Amino acid sequence: MTATSGNGLAPGTDAANGTGRRPLLETRGLSVDFGGLHALDGLDFEVHSGEIVSVIGPNGAGKTTLFNAITATVERSAGDILFEGTSLLGLDPNRVTARGIARTFQNVRLFANMTVLENVMVSQHCRTRQHAFGALFYTPSFRREEAEIRQRAEKVLSFFGSRLVGYRFDQPAFTLSYANRRRLEIARAMATQPKLILLDEPVAGMNPVESAELTGMIGRLRDEWGFAIVVIEHHMDVVREVSDRVVVLDHGTKIAEGDYADVSADPRVIEAYLGQGAET
Amino acid sequence: MTATLPPETGAVGGRAEMPLAPSRPVLAHDWRRLVRMGAVGAFAQIFIALSNMPVRLDERVVVKPVLSLGYLTLLMVPFAAGYRVGHQIKREGMPQYAAGAHEVAGGAACGALAGGGLSLLAVLLANFDLREPLVNWSPMLAELLAFGRATWFAVVVWLLIGAAIGAAGGILRTLGPRTRRAVVTMVLAVAGAAVMEPLVVDLAEGMRLEGLTDRLYARRGGVNWTSALGIAAASGVLAVLGRGRIRQARDHIASLEGAKRNRANFGLIVLTGAALIILPLFAGKLTNELLANVGLFVLLALGLNVVVGLAGILDLGYVAFFAVGSYSAAVLTAATSPRINPEMPWLVALIVVVVITGLVGLFIGAPVIRMRGDYLAIVTLGFGEIIRLLFLSDWLSGWFGGAQGITKIPGAGIFGLTSVAGTDPRRVFYLVLAFCAIAIYVSWRLERSRLGRAWMAVREDETVAEAMGINTVNVKLLAFVVGAILGSFSGAIFSAKVGSVFPNSFLILVSIVILVVVIFGGMGSIVGVIAGSAVLIGVLGGPKQPGLLAEFSEFKLLIYGALLIWMMLARPEGLIPSVRRSRELHQEEMAQDAWLRGQVEDDDGSGTQAAPLT
Repeated sequence: MTATSGNGLAPGTDAANGTGRRPLLETRGLSVDFGGLHALDGLDFEVHSGEIVSVIGPNGAGKTTLFNAITATVERSAGDILFEGTSLLGLDPNRVTARGIARTFQNVRLFANMTVLENVMVSQHCRTRQHAFGALFYTPSFRREEAEIRQRAEKVLSFFGSRLVGYRFDQPAFTLSYANRRRLEIARAMATQPKLILLDEPVAGMNPVESAELTGMIGRLRDEWGFAIVVIEHHMDVVREVSDRVVVLDHGTKIAEGDYADVSADPRVIEAYLGQGAET
Repeated sequence: MTATLPPETGAVGGRAEMPLAPSRPVLAHDWRRLVRMGAVGAFAQIFIALSNMPVRLDERVVVKPVLSLGYLTLLMVPFAAGYRVGHQIKREGMPQYAAGAHEVAGGAACGALAGGGLSLLAVLLANFDLREPLVNWSPMLAELLAFGRATWFAVVVWLLIGAAIGAAGGILRTLGPRTRRAVVTMVLAVAGAAVMEPLVVDLAEGMRLEGLTDRLYARRGGVNWTSALGIAAASGVLAVLGRGRIRQARDHIASLEGAKRNRANFGLIVLTGAALIILPLFAGKLTNELLANVGLFVLLALGLNVVVGLAGILDLGYVAFFAVGSYSAAVLTAATSPRINPEMPWLVALIVVVVITGLVGLFIGAPVIRMRGDYLAIVTLGFGEIIRLLFLSDWLSGWFGGAQGITKIPGAGIFGLTSVAGTDPRRVFYLVLAFCAIAIYVSWRLERSRLGRAWMAVREDETVAEAMGINTVNVKLLAFVVGAILGSFSGAIFSAKVGSVFPNSFLILVSIVILVVVIFGGMGSIVGVIAGSAVLIGVLGGPKQPGLLAEFSEFKLLIYGALLIWMMLARPEGLIPSVRRSRELHQEEMAQDAWLRGQVEDDDGSGTQAAPLT
């Protein structure tokens, strides 16, 4: 399927999946302005549960802005964002996370002085409810919940093999290598128990081996954990490998959509990436 | 400076112990550095002299009859300059020279320069009228500098003293590490004995050991020179025999397994607690008063530590909660309170006080907490002042008595069993101790909970914490309220102890002092905060409370400032830092160490098993 030409107001019919179900996440006419600049310009975009969608586009196309708008980190100037059929408008970022959307950051932003385990434990905040009282009186429910938090954290970390477990649990995050920091960011997002994970350039700065390995993990995230995933990525081999669907952004609008083969052959995409002269 | 550096010593293997290069020639100095250091010393000398510190502190004798605290402040400078000038920066691949005559000569020269500052000052004082522009120094200064003789004597003698003391600093460099430790221990022991004099005398009286103190201290204060020698000898012997056993023991405890370490720590806590309960029984008024003051500030600092150390909210108006706690306790318990006087028992009042302060914390926090960093600090500063001015204002003077404050506040009654008033500092101390225990428990438990982790995350990166599902506004507000409540404990005890509250007890200075205590002791570290208040409040004194060196009270802020600057330069993580904080400030070194141990890099190794997919 090519770029959705419609106004996106018919959520019941989705040709790409053919399921006819309501999408998990849906933006309608989403716009974000920075002063006079339209970072996003009336974008219609949707993700279904169990789907891996890649968002690609040249620098400044609005990919990260899309993530920021979904997670309420930047203000929307127009449009609506629906998650599981209800609007995310007006929610604080932490409420969006609580609704089930987790993200990673393009420039890795871990809690550098907290340990690996603490990083993952703290991101379960919105799924747990013990407060000062339980901590002060060391109540049974407090102890039970602490144990659960720790268990879940260990389980999430063991997803990455032996890299983030064992003695690494108690190491501060800043001692990790670059690739491990990226993995820990993903682990942190997983620990918020989301339905949808937004990965912002997950393999940036990794070597080819690490990159290939992480590509496999993105698939496993969907298959084993059941997350829907949106990936922003510049590495085309990663995009080809993981995506069910590819969305191409340029200047804040969607210029193409479809599977990898279609999109990569689309003349508009080639033009956006290589400039006008490439057509000759 | 002429010492030419040999070319880099090839691949010796990095940080392995390099043999010391032979000592440098006696006169081959980096003269520019030496003169600079000497000039800084001279300037410091003049500054200290003109601040009138030597004259005011001359009354306090350190070693009878040779040394007073006043002269000590002057002698410290050439010594420090003489020691410092022999410092060699350690760089990989650069030779380290053995210390010898070179260091002693350099120290003497530098010390003479520093002492020369006083010679210059003596000349200036004799020939010009400096009273007009510089108002602090008293005419006795000239006399003190010249030892009661002519000006030329002062000029010569301070050059000589400076050289001698500076050389002593240089000699300290030439000593081996073990001897140096012994010497430093001896000096510190004598100084400690002198500083602790009021405390020791007081305790000895309680234990009926007056004979001991009579022998140790001179009648009008100061350690007898004979006993000073005795103390020095004893501590020197102990230092040689001990050989860093204490450090070994500490490292040993740190290296224990989790459960065992907990048991050891628990034992230590019980021992300290027992000592703190037993000690006051033998102590007189003075010691207990001092302990109670320290305890009040420990309580305040622990509260601020939750806000600043754990949640990373720089609160410069913390005194507001101390004030609200004091005033509400006063209004609720005192019969003389102007408008409402329910005359509640202290413990009942305390519950109401906690609720009120918590609400005030919410009320102040709600608008403030949405700001970040510098903006937040400035706004809290403003709120701190607003609260004080409200208590001072005519508008509310019908409630809080305005500048007259509230007086005749009864002591704190506990279940009708005992009453704790300021007249009995021992009971006040026990009360403070109990609340300190509560505050320590609260901070310790909260730090290790879901809430504590959320505070840490907010401190690290607020935006990301928010994106990870933490309601940062609520979490920060809660830190603010917990801090406020801990501060209100201190306030309620304070009003019962002093018996009256005035707006002037809650100056902005109090906020600053508490913050300095927290930073000096080590942000986020409970033990550090306690040590910080013991040193700053116990030895130097609080904003209005005298410390062990009561003579310092006039120069307290000057010394606070100097200590803080020195601390930030030498040990930014504080006196007894929390593990996390020292990690934070030494990130690079730690990351490097981890890399050297080979713990970081196994990415390529294990990465190969997930074979390329394409």
